[in-house]
Amino acid sequence: MATSRRSLPLLRTLVAGKTQTRTVTYMPRPGDGAPRPVTLIPGDGIGPLVTNAVEQVMEAMHAPVYFEKYDVHGDMNRVPPEVMDSIRKNKVCLKGGLKTPMGGGVNSLNMQLRKELDLYASLVNCCNFQGLPTRHENVDIVVIRENTEGEYSGLEHEVVPGVVESLKVITKFCSERIAKYAFEYAYLNNRKKVTAVHKANIMKLADGLFLESCREVATKYPSIKYNEIIVDNCCMQLVSKPEQFDVMVTPNLYGNLVANTAAGIAGGTGVMPGGNVGAEYAVFEQGASAGNVGKEKMVEQKTANPVALLLSSSMMLRHLQFPSFADRLENAVKRVILEGQYRTKDLGGSSTTQEVVDAVIAKLD
Amino acid sequence: MARRSMPILRQLCNFPSSNLTPTRSVTYMPRPGDGAPRAVTLIPGDGIGPLVTGAVEQVMQAMHAPVYFERYDVHGDMDRVPEDVIQSIKKNKVCLKGGLATPMGGGVSSLNVQLRRELDLYASLVNCFNLPGLPTRHQDVDIVVIRENTEGEYSGLEHEVVPGVVESLKLITKFCSERIAKYAFEYAYLNNRKKVTAVHKANIMKLADGLFLESCREVATKYPGIKYNEIIVDNCCMQLVSKPEQFDVMVTPNLYGNLVANTAAGIAGGTGVMPGGNVGADHAVFEQGASAGNVGNEKLLEQKKANPVALLLSSAMMLRHLQFPSFADRLETAVERVILDGKYRTKDLGGSSTTQEVVDAVIAALD
Repeated sequence: MATSRRSLPLLRTLVAGKTQTRTVTYMPRPGDGAPRPVTLIPGDGIGPLVTNAVEQVMEAMHAPVYFEKYDVHGDMNRVPPEVMDSIRKNKVCLKGGLKTPMGGGVNSLNMQLRKELDLYASLVNCCNFQGLPTRHENVDIVVIRENTEGEYSGLEHEVVPGVVESLKVITKFCSERIAKYAFEYAYLNNRKKVTAVHKANIMKLADGLFLESCREVATKYPSIKYNEIIVDNCCMQLVSKPEQFDVMVTPNLYGNLVANTAAGIAGGTGVMPGGNVGAEYAVFEQGASAGNVGKEKMVEQKTANPVALLLSSSMMLRHLQFPSFADRLENAVKRVILEGQYRTKDLGGSSTTQEVVDAVIAKLD
Repeated sequence: MARRSMPILRQLCNFPSSNLTPTRSVTYMPRPGDGAPRAVTLIPGDGIGPLVTGAVEQVMQAMHAPVYFERYDVHGDMDRVPEDVIQSIKKNKVCLKGGLATPMGGGVSSLNVQLRRELDLYASLVNCFNLPGLPTRHQDVDIVVIRENTEGEYSGLEHEVVPGVVESLKLITKFCSERIAKYAFEYAYLNNRKKVTAVHKANIMKLADGLFLESCREVATKYPGIKYNEIIVDNCCMQLVSKPEQFDVMVTPNLYGNLVANTAAGIAGGTGVMPGGNVGADHAVFEQGASAGNVGNEKLLEQKKANPVALLLSSAMMLRHLQFPSFADRLETAVERVILDGKYRTKDLGGSSTTQEVVDAVIAALD
């Protein structure tokens, strides 16, 4: 219903992930051009730099979105309630990274946001870009990761001094809905195979429950191939034969590692788009950020790579049902990467963020 | 105690990390009686296990190495490791094993994990390096992954709270974290390694991985000559596939170590060639470094095409452990020559030889 309507544009995004310009004309409904508000959270580190890049490009395109900016930092106790209210009103949010401090005390605000808004699926699309040489070819992997439970429950306690227990919680409810999302995604995007990543030989009950749920859902999609792979073998296969993977569905921790590995083999975390989606809300951010918000030097010299967030914002434009703007943005970004003249350090060049943004704006048609 | 750990450490001292074909020119001066044959427990295991342990036996015989194997049949679907096998390992102190297939789903615990717990083999070591003559996508890889082997996510403590909700306990203790950190730094110190990297996810699992990190930091202060840094595990996976040359020795808790070791093995040539072992204060068990959680597929078994290189290099580590360094050198040199030649390679290295052909080539290359 509303769910499928919301997910359809998100998914259509990933169908049209190639460089050719679409020749389809869209027929909008009257009033569709009304500007939509989007909550914007610049965040910490390179966050403000890359979200600013998105703002500039959106303005250059005259896209019908306007941003409601909120200041949130990783060392706050909670996400401020006005930010949560704004997201609940707008239903869509774009964010840079929030830096999670190490050690006890403050919980991860990224996690808190995902739990409160019940953004239970995290999606990262890792694929080779034309013109960007990598050690691995033919990579086109979508990692769908359960976002709310598993090893990230945040339930730890010190039993006696020097002994800590950390709870990994797996429930049938969450495993089932992430499996359903993964198969639905594969179905709608004409993907051939879904692979479940697990370690059920060791964690028999926990990952066993996850696998059961995946198997049940798989029976409802007989035309999609389903297989399972143990996570250590999966890491090894990712670095030797990544072309065998298509859509991967994983619990929380494995998804984090698999997504970052897949992002690394296909070009780096600076270029992979992604987002978190739930039944009602969607938050777009860099696909795989390797748990950090960039180094000091990158922030000072302003050489952060804006490509990942630009591609995520084009996913967002599709989600808001502005597909032609999304197409224009993606094509411009892909042209810039193909030409190779303006690339930030992680792609082997030496441009600053601003130079890349200007190049993208210049390539917009 | 020190005498027992000395051979283990000496083995790691002498193991040529990324080295090529030069034969060692040092003569060893044995003590009288050192040539007496030593007993080693051999567990062929499941799947490709019997095939590759058979390869090791053949090569040992061809070299006239002073070891003899006491073979025991253990299979992954047994309830426990049989008592006589444990007794044998406790007597011999050294064991060589193929893989034990752990069945999926409830019921039987992993026998590999059980063995490690009972013998308290708390450190698992995998040396992942580029082999000359074997082209890979990544160059300059020389990583040693030291993984805590007894606790962490592999505690095996799970229960179903209510139907449909399962809790799995990840246990981290100061005792275990400290001793694995000590082992890692000691290894780095004895092998002239420059850097130790701790892999963790303490931004999310603050108490558990935080405790692990504390222990690593404490031990790091005692080795000021060795650089120490920390990396979050997801960033680590990404760095491994983009810039693996930055890593040297890595110390990790149980689960991350499994994934990092397999990823590192994959980038440097595959799990078919990486040697490794499990060591504790009293015993040592040598096996394939990173086996990607399986014992080979059916086809490999039928066509007898499993890669014996990993277990051969692990058995060379074992020979050093038993203080037979010249035999270890000969074996390693022969294996490296065969790989450099490139004529006899199993399927995972891009060739089409069978296990037996590779073994014959190694025996022929022995001097």
